Amino acid sequence: MHDILENSGFDAGKDLKIVGTSPVKHDGPDKVTGRAKFGADLMVPGALVGKVLRSPHAHAVIKSIDCSKAEALAGVKAVVTAGDFPDFPQGTMPGDMTRNCMAREKVLYEGHALAAVAATSESVAKAALKLIEVDYEVLPHVIDPAAAKAPDAPILHDHIRTKGDADAADAPTNVTERLDIGMGDVDKGFAEADEIIEREFTTEPMHQSYIEPQACVAQVGDDGQIDLWCCTQGTHVFRDRLATLLKMPSSKIKVTQSEMGGGFGGKTTLYAEPAAIMLSKKARRPVKIVLTRSEVFRATGPVCATRSRIKIGVTNAGRITAAEAEMIFQAGAFPGSMFDNAPKAMFTRYNLENVKTVSYEVVCNRAKVNAFRAPCVPQVVFGVEGIIDELAQKLGMDPLELRLKNAAAEGYKTVFGETFGPIGYVETLEAAMNCDHYKSPVPEGQGRGVATGFWFNRGGDTTGSLTITPDGSVTIMLGTSDVAGSRISISMMAAEELGIPVEKVRANLADTSTLGNNRVTAGSRTTFSSGMVIIDSARQCIAELVRRAAEIWDVPEDGVVFEDGQCRPAGSNVGEFDPLSVADIAAKTSVSHGAIAGHSEMHVTGAGPGFGVHLIDVEVDKETGGVSVKRYTVIEDAGKAIHPGQVEGQYQGGAAQGAGWALNEAYMYDEDGRMENAGFLDYRIPVASDLPMIDTVIVEVPNPNHPYGLRGVGEVPVTPSLGAMANAVSNAIGIRQVSLPLSPPHLLAQIDS
Amino acid sequence: MKKIHVTTTVNGDEVDFLCEPQQTLVDVLRNTLELTGTKEGCSTGDCGACSIRFDGALVCACLVLAVEADGKQIETIEGLAGDDALHPLQRNFLELNGLQCGICTPGILIAAKALLEANPDPSETEVRFWLAGNLCRCTGYDKIIRSVLAAAKEMRESAHA
Repeated sequence: MHDILENSGFDAGKDLKIVGTSPVKHDGPDKVTGRAKFGADLMVPGALVGKVLRSPHAHAVIKSIDCSKAEALAGVKAVVTAGDFPDFPQGTMPGDMTRNCMAREKVLYEGHALAAVAATSESVAKAALKLIEVDYEVLPHVIDPAAAKAPDAPILHDHIRTKGDADAADAPTNVTERLDIGMGDVDKGFAEADEIIEREFTTEPMHQSYIEPQACVAQVGDDGQIDLWCCTQGTHVFRDRLATLLKMPSSKIKVTQSEMGGGFGGKTTLYAEPAAIMLSKKARRPVKIVLTRSEVFRATGPVCATRSRIKIGVTNAGRITAAEAEMIFQAGAFPGSMFDNAPKAMFTRYNLENVKTVSYEVVCNRAKVNAFRAPCVPQVVFGVEGIIDELAQKLGMDPLELRLKNAAAEGYKTVFGETFGPIGYVETLEAAMNCDHYKSPVPEGQGRGVATGFWFNRGGDTTGSLTITPDGSVTIMLGTSDVAGSRISISMMAAEELGIPVEKVRANLADTSTLGNNRVTAGSRTTFSSGMVIIDSARQCIAELVRRAAEIWDVPEDGVVFEDGQCRPAGSNVGEFDPLSVADIAAKTSVSHGAIAGHSEMHVTGAGPGFGVHLIDVEVDKETGGVSVKRYTVIEDAGKAIHPGQVEGQYQGGAAQGAGWALNEAYMYDEDGRMENAGFLDYRIPVASDLPMIDTVIVEVPNPNHPYGLRGVGEVPVTPSLGAMANAVSNAIGIRQVSLPLSPPHLLAQIDS
Repeated sequence: MKKIHVTTTVNGDEVDFLCEPQQTLVDVLRNTLELTGTKEGCSTGDCGACSIRFDGALVCACLVLAVEADGKQIETIEGLAGDDALHPLQRNFLELNGLQCGICTPGILIAAKALLEANPDPSETEVRFWLAGNLCRCTGYDKIIRSVLAAAKEMRESAHA
């Protein structure tokens, strides 16, 4: 056990000099000048252009693939299909993963990869794709999650049986798993309720819609050593999965991360990388694959659709007595939607005793879903918060007051078994009730929505190192990815520990050969977890600085203290010595004693749960059904905002993504299961003119497990967003909204009827 | 495929290149001239990441054929900063956290510069509508809009100084 995990050294009264300020982030200058290297920006001499052949069908048997004409085309250097990769049994982790990257027996969604070419130019590569002859036997397909669960649905995988359902027949099904999570006695709880509301809700799939399409450059040496450059939220996870899929030792694969142009969970998964590697191996040249936006929409991401039935009971005094849900989560073509987050998080923030949830995951003929900020949670919080809103109206109670009456606090045992330590839900609700937005009357003709959300926040395997250079400046190696500004926040914490200006610290992103394993950057874990290992590393350096100062002064180690970036005598009895700065000690001893460096690897624990409240005012145009967002405020507990500017940015970005999902974003399919809106013109994410300024209130209830009290802030800002928007629209037009997106035709039909 | 010889000016420097007739300008800027500051997010003119100036006009470089660049003046993000200082837009984006991942930033800076040339004192709404063709998925636009307004104010003040 690392000391820092047992005792973080958190001190609420500590005078912080750097933490809590908002310096310019170190990766900023290269990003405003065009110098930053994103996935597609690496130019390698001799690189070939790789392109992927994708299925035009939603579901079909691949009877044969003939690549001979493509291989014969001048300029084509390699063609690969599934037969070039090791096979693994269907239904195993590598079996599903390799089939998602390159279809084998069947194509399972439009856009499913089934061959790839490497050629001397993009035009040759595209021509080669057209020469690959595939003989398909088209099968019936299913996309809707409820239809996929029906007994007569077309079956995607013959091997799937429903896990966790004792009553399920031993026959092929699209239902991969049934998960029952609950506690207490809901029958007793509902019997105690004075008001019960039960409704069905639907949400549609959205895409993470990072602006940078996935891109990679693979180079395979004649000794089999693989160099992969790519945009990824997890270099080590990519490396280890590639090692499994290619049946190679991980040490033969080096994954280097580019700057990442947005991920939001969507860059945690391999797509074209195995194909690029295999093409490079065959062609004995570097191969670069950059996905098109159409490929990104059809074959990567997206987020699952949900169908849910939610029931909540409350007493006239406003005490929630029971909550129940039955839900279907649409995993896409393969299992693995992380749907278990939903039943664990959906009601968590209320101090309920009686909860019952039944969740089903189903496969269907669309791309395998990928993580997105708080995977699977916002979709069902939407329903929960809608019912809470409606119950508050029935009781004639302020909607935040009802939430406050039922707010979970320290000591509450959650439905997933953990007992909360210090949490800030009550403080966040109170901050919302006291903010200017909530205290202002709802403007005439508008509707106001409020909703709240929760995310666990994560830790996990993390490794990092910190080195003090001979001139006293500091370099940091991080094995996590930087999705929006973790490098500066982590540098600030190191600077605070060492008592040096943050300008003297530089954090770098490591490749997989530089550091030990790191879990993906996901779940709001990175600034927390990498911060922990870097603070631990800094503290190792401080211990060494003290040792060296003691040696220089020829005094015992306990005669030296480290304060404000200097070693000083611990008291007058130690002797009269001028303080030694970090730079002094580094300059005096780096040659004689070696570099002063710390490294730390640990399974980080102690992440502090996060809670947020969203307030939205909207106006609905009764002629068009269009929703205009007039005012938006995000109130959220950050524990401690290390870099408030970055924290506000997380709150605002999450709110905007939720606004898009609630109002506009959805996959649209034609009758053959082909996506009809695979571009940003028809799949419309919010643009600058769609949104107002997004106000933020940073609540700070410290997480004492972290030296500065921080909680992750990446996921929470999406969790209440769908519910708050739906409640705002419901209140604006007086019709309860139960299906997203709240698009103009959808609302207009309701207004007209 | 037979290539076409094109002579053009990029950020004040005369350059020439060979391209195929169907190649887009963003492809040539990035992959032939290796000016990778201009980003390609959609290739259909919907995201604005490849915004450049083309004889002064604000365009998506993915909607321009490379051969059309012959004899034209092109400005990209690589030409935005002065010889010894960042452009006020660049500095304000840094100081006001106007970027997160940074992939949309070059296009937004180019578009914002064109706005401030046309309208040195835009309202928040005018900035929002001008930048409506430049998608950002990280920020929710708030800090982008504030950065542009702050740069505009600073540029107006220095023009009057």
